[in-house]
Amino acid sequence: MKLFVPSDSAALALGANELTAAIAAEADRRHIDITLVRNGSRGMLWLEPMLEVSTPEGRIAYGPVETTDVVSLFDADFLHGGAHHLRLGFTEELDFLKKQERLTFARVGITDPLSLEDYLAHEGFVGLQQALSMPAAAIVQQVTDSGLRGRGGAAFPTGIKWQTVLKTQADQKYIVCNADEGDSGTFADRMLMEGDPFVLIEGMTIAALAVGATMGYLYVRSEYPHAIHILNKAIEIAREAGYLGRDIAGSGKTFELEVRKGAGAYVCGEETALLESLEGRRGIVRSKPPLPAITGLFGKPTVINNVISLASVPIIMARGAAFYKDYGMGRSRGTLPFQLAGNIKQGGLIEKAFGITLRELMFDFGGGSMTGRAIKAVQVGGPLGAYLPESQWDTPMDYEAYTALWAVLGHGGIVVHDDTANLSHLARYAMKFCAIESCGKCTPCRIGSTRGVEVLDKIINDQDKTAQLELLTDLCDTMLHGSMCAMGGMTPYPVLSALKHFPQDFGLTDTGAQHA
Amino acid sequence: MNLPCHNDPIAAIIASHQLIPGALLPILHAIQDELRFIPPEAIGPIASALNLSRAEVHGVISFYHYFLTSPPPAHQIHICCAEACQSMGSERLMQHAKSTGDFSVHPVYCLGLCANSPAMMIDDQLHARVTLDKFDRLTEMLGDQS
Ligand SMILES: Cc1cc2nc3c(=O)[nH]c(=O)nc-3n(C[C@H](O)[C@H](O)[C@H](O)COP(=O)(O)O)c2cc1C
Ligand code: SF4
Ligand code: FES
Repeated sequence: MKLFVPSDSAALALGANELTAAIAAEADRRHIDITLVRNGSRGMLWLEPMLEVSTPEGRIAYGPVETTDVVSLFDADFLHGGAHHLRLGFTEELDFLKKQERLTFARVGITDPLSLEDYLAHEGFVGLQQALSMPAAAIVQQVTDSGLRGRGGAAFPTGIKWQTVLKTQADQKYIVCNADEGDSGTFADRMLMEGDPFVLIEGMTIAALAVGATMGYLYVRSEYPHAIHILNKAIEIAREAGYLGRDIAGSGKTFELEVRKGAGAYVCGEETALLESLEGRRGIVRSKPPLPAITGLFGKPTVINNVISLASVPIIMARGAAFYKDYGMGRSRGTLPFQLAGNIKQGGLIEKAFGITLRELMFDFGGGSMTGRAIKAVQVGGPLGAYLPESQWDTPMDYEAYTALWAVLGHGGIVVHDDTANLSHLARYAMKFCAIESCGKCTPCRIGSTRGVEVLDKIINDQDKTAQLELLTDLCDTMLHGSMCAMGGMTPYPVLSALKHFPQDFGLTDTGAQHA
Repeated sequence: MNLPCHNDPIAAIIASHQLIPGALLPILHAIQDELRFIPPEAIGPIASALNLSRAEVHGVISFYHYFLTSPPPAHQIHICCAEACQSMGSERLMQHAKSTGDFSVHPVYCLGLCANSPAMMIDDQLHARVTLDKFDRLTEMLGDQS
């Protein structure tokens, strides 16, 4: 009898360990022999902890399961897929999953994250084998041809970045994985690291082969201890099996990998601040140029990519650039793991080709708001992303289409707010967050954000409103154009989009906002 | 803090980490993992081992929210105050937490549980979909110990 209970942090935060213990105890009491696999999450997070049983016809899901349901589940013979009010049906047939296009997340939730055997049985290391048979420049070309763009926010073409590192001569090059995932509303990196760590190791190894690097670091935020634990174990397993170390898969090539833990600074997600932090300094943004691809970690050429960018490389190598490029629209190729969060009934991870709309995500997948109230505003792309009103929910989600809306797709996080949200408060929060997390290097960001909070306080308290609104737009203008990085440079996105689309929350009529 | 002098954990940590590239953060993490905070007397030895000034080490410690320079209370509660949790009432949860009981409550900005908001952490344990009732249940036992 094979049973799956996720050990994804979201499942753990909802009692998955207690549930596992209760199932084991009840099976013991009934003298039933079971095998419990701790898989990643399928991404239907409102159903967590969601357990699955293996049947000859396929896996059957039950959820959300509490420890108090365990006895009744056994009574209902759930081990053979028996009827129970928590029975959801065959996992693969569930609408939320069935409608997805899982490429990067193909294995997440299906396999045991730390079973190399599972990994190999599910197309694991096929991409690496391909890469090992190719010259470095051909690997870079294939990544370029796939159209893959950085999933960490800036959407820079991954192949072009690799090309720069490849052609820069140096005695040492590095691969750095940006796993600082600090954006509210995002958890794709976490789910991937916890649910399929080997794919990230494989992606980083391919990157190393492509540019000639021998050392890699995974910079993971301290808020993700479970991901750190899983990654460390996976690295150990991969090393023992010869997939890391001095002789990768018998190729004679070397690649070493090490996990480094962040320390609670959002700005360390910015690539140069991250490199500073890795080198043992405060996370202060470096001025560019030089690009990290030329002068990166410890002054050496460095590929720094987001978790999802790197984890998408193995399937590109295994199935080919054309296969990947076939998904998506315009210049946004492939898939994006969208993360549906906040006030939403069915929140979770939805991997889909670019081009889907917010409305489809929020209603067809998400089932509307959690509270059952009308959805008012949606923040896409993290704390530096714009708030979108209903009139923008039908725009296809594509980097360029979002840019045209003065919005940001970013890392694909979607935070839903119902009609009780007050956008002037959310705008104030955006400024406050910037003030807390600013690295302090440039004035528009460091001082501007603090002033922004004060100005918004006055607007909220209806003091001298016309003058303060003018101040706010001036301030945002200075931040937009005078900041060294997107922290200060994009905080105006949530602030000004809130003001523009929800003027009533700032005590203005529509015409007032236009004036502002 | 009473450090057993026959077995100085700080010196041991420095010794085992000082040669790795970019050793400062790993050293600080290891010390905090061991002692729950970074005592002021650690700064001097770290600085000399890594060839930094004390001010530089201090600057790094104070830059990162995660590092503590004094012993934390027996139990720490971190409530997520970022946008997704706000959309599900984290502000109310924060107020509730501050008004009930004698807890050490701090904000955090995203725990990666944004589809199951609001989220919080009690010590190292994550909790999601935290209603006020659930908060009371989870914290009931803490009061007696802290
Ligand atoms: C304030 C700030 C925070 C950022 N946080 C992250 C992050 O947590 N993860 C990430 O991958 N990129 C983050 N970025 C973007 C990185 O600077 C960089 O673009 C990215 O690591 C490049 O990898 P990619 O091309 O694979 O996306 C952040 C940028 C800024 C300005
Ligand atoms: S914009 Fe802010 S975070 Fe970015 S470099 Fe300037 S001060 Fe630092
Ligand atoms: S916003 Fe609270 S867990 Fe992400």
